[in-house]
Amino acid sequence: MNRERTRILIVDDEEIVRESLSGWLEKDGYTVATAHDGPTAVNRLNAERWSIMLVDMKMPGMDGLQVLEQAKKLQPDVTAVIMTAYATVDTAVTAMKLGAYDYIVKPFDPEELSLMIQKIVKQQALVRENVLLRKVLKREYKFRDLISKNAAMQQVFELARTAAKSASTILILGESGTGKEVMARAIHAESPRNNGPFVAVSCAALTETLLESELFGHERGSFTGAVARQRGKFEQANHGTLFLDEIGDITPKLQLDLLRVLEERSFHRVGGTEAVQVDVRIVAATNRDLKKAVASGTFREDLYYRLNVIPISIPPLRDRREDIPLLVDHLLEQLGVEAGRAIDGVSHDAMSLLMTHDWPGNVRELRNILERAVVVASGAIIQPGDLGLHRAAEKGSEPQGLLSLDEVERRHIAAVLEHTGGNITQAARILDIDRVTLYNKIKKYHLREIESA
Amino acid sequence: MSAIYTWWIGVDAPNPRVLASVRAQIQATFEIPVVAWDAALRPTDTLDVRRQQHHSTAILRWLRTHRPPDARKLIGVTDVDLFIPVLTFVYGEALLGGACAVVSTARLGRLPGGPGPDPSSSRLAKECVHELGHTFGLVHCSTGRCVMSRSVNLAAVDGKSATFCNDCRLQYLERLSQLETDHE
Repeated sequence: MNRERTRILIVDDEEIVRESLSGWLEKDGYTVATAHDGPTAVNRLNAERWSIMLVDMKMPGMDGLQVLEQAKKLQPDVTAVIMTAYATVDTAVTAMKLGAYDYIVKPFDPEELSLMIQKIVKQQALVRENVLLRKVLKREYKFRDLISKNAAMQQVFELARTAAKSASTILILGESGTGKEVMARAIHAESPRNNGPFVAVSCAALTETLLESELFGHERGSFTGAVARQRGKFEQANHGTLFLDEIGDITPKLQLDLLRVLEERSFHRVGGTEAVQVDVRIVAATNRDLKKAVASGTFREDLYYRLNVIPISIPPLRDRREDIPLLVDHLLEQLGVEAGRAIDGVSHDAMSLLMTHDWPGNVRELRNILERAVVVASGAIIQPGDLGLHRAAEKGSEPQGLLSLDEVERRHIAAVLEHTGGNITQAARILDIDRVTLYNKIKKYHLREIESA
Repeated sequence: MSAIYTWWIGVDAPNPRVLASVRAQIQATFEIPVVAWDAALRPTDTLDVRRQQHHSTAILRWLRTHRPPDARKLIGVTDVDLFIPVLTFVYGEALLGGACAVVSTARLGRLPGGPGPDPSSSRLAKECVHELGHTFGLVHCSTGRCVMSRSVNLAAVDGKSATFCNDCRLQYLERLSQLETDHE
């Protein structure tokens, strides 16, 4: 449970209550803010999202019930609890009718308050899980679903967010499994075309003739088996986004056809004579080096420039290892829901393996490995053996060429920490450095996640 | 490195053995020297007459103005019952990242003196480590055995250990390293 995600707003006219309650809740790791009256609370509701509101019933001017009424209009998902020094049946009934979650009398028993907040947080986690499940089913992604704390990735998100608002063609570059399609879906979802369709085509999966028919459609009788007129992906994506994956794999003839569509915004169905006009935003992706392909003559230069209007490069997972624990949490939440199993996380040793693996298949490989682990794990915590990574990890840890001094140091510290079971004092003794230096190195190499897993 | 100070600020005379074992536990957990401060001064104006309890935040304010100048942190230990305005009682209080903490023995079981092992001594040590943990910026931990897990009743206090889990220990070292860097 991510407690920082839970944002609590305390509304009370008594400073002493606001102070002591916020101090108490902050120690649980929640993000807490306060408002000294109703209008300030409404302003805060207008400005930011809140998970829980604790609202005093009796306040001068706008009372707690009026704040509750406004809160339910502005943020229907917020869970509001009414606090009062004087409990009466009438006000309790009114509060509940207005949608209050509960009604508590000051001063609270610490255990009662703690249990109530925990219960609300759990319920909200269930609601989030439900939303997640629906998203997984419908494959609707937005930028907030793309997970990273890596600086280079944050720049990628920034560029993609800006690019999404434009009508320009986007070329997403990145190794297999880095999440190019997820990025394309997010761009579509946050573009002005998000009410239109998102249509994805894998250009490498089909032969030239099939791909041509797939993209542009065909007229009845245009080839054997064409028993009816078929709309192609370009037409299906009208007023939306067409995602052309593995664009580096298309044949020269299709490269030319595609160039024409990009230039003229119209095309002919296979076997047809009538020009079909479309309004489609193209997002293309490839794991190939298109510049090299242009230089070697296998990819048209004019098409390359047509596609490469806004290039977005997604870094491989091995270059953003600090994202692994975040991704593991996110993917386990998703996979747990899909598999109908509650998985609490991965063990210290399993996280060490995940952090040191080289991930040639990137996030997709990580997802597949965790999917397997969710199925085979016997308990709620995934163990190293569940990952099926042993051999791969050992292989991955062999030097592939000469390593930098930093990489050697990182690997050595990771190994010592693993040996000491995360005991820093012991590890510092073995490494013959002081604890603070070791801590700084743990931070530098993002080994913290190994430690705290 | 300056020390953590403990100060008995209760009404009745303290049990020196209990306070010594509390200091030993604090020293073992925080790896910082712990010193007993035994000034005769006691907090004033902290009693809420209607509730017949002492306002722990007011005691914290008093401790801040009376702490030894070289104290890295100061924890006041008392036998009076503590409260904060929204709660019926608290075992102790500290500000996140603050300089002082206070813990009361009032609800931690019988005071030492009787036969057999007394739970109140280890409970007091745990609550002192817990509140001092807050002064180093640590929040509550969801690991049940960690001393930083929330203590809402005696069962929760008894269920946890007197030391940090790995994650809290690392966070503590991080804060300590930060404080030492700032100090330099």
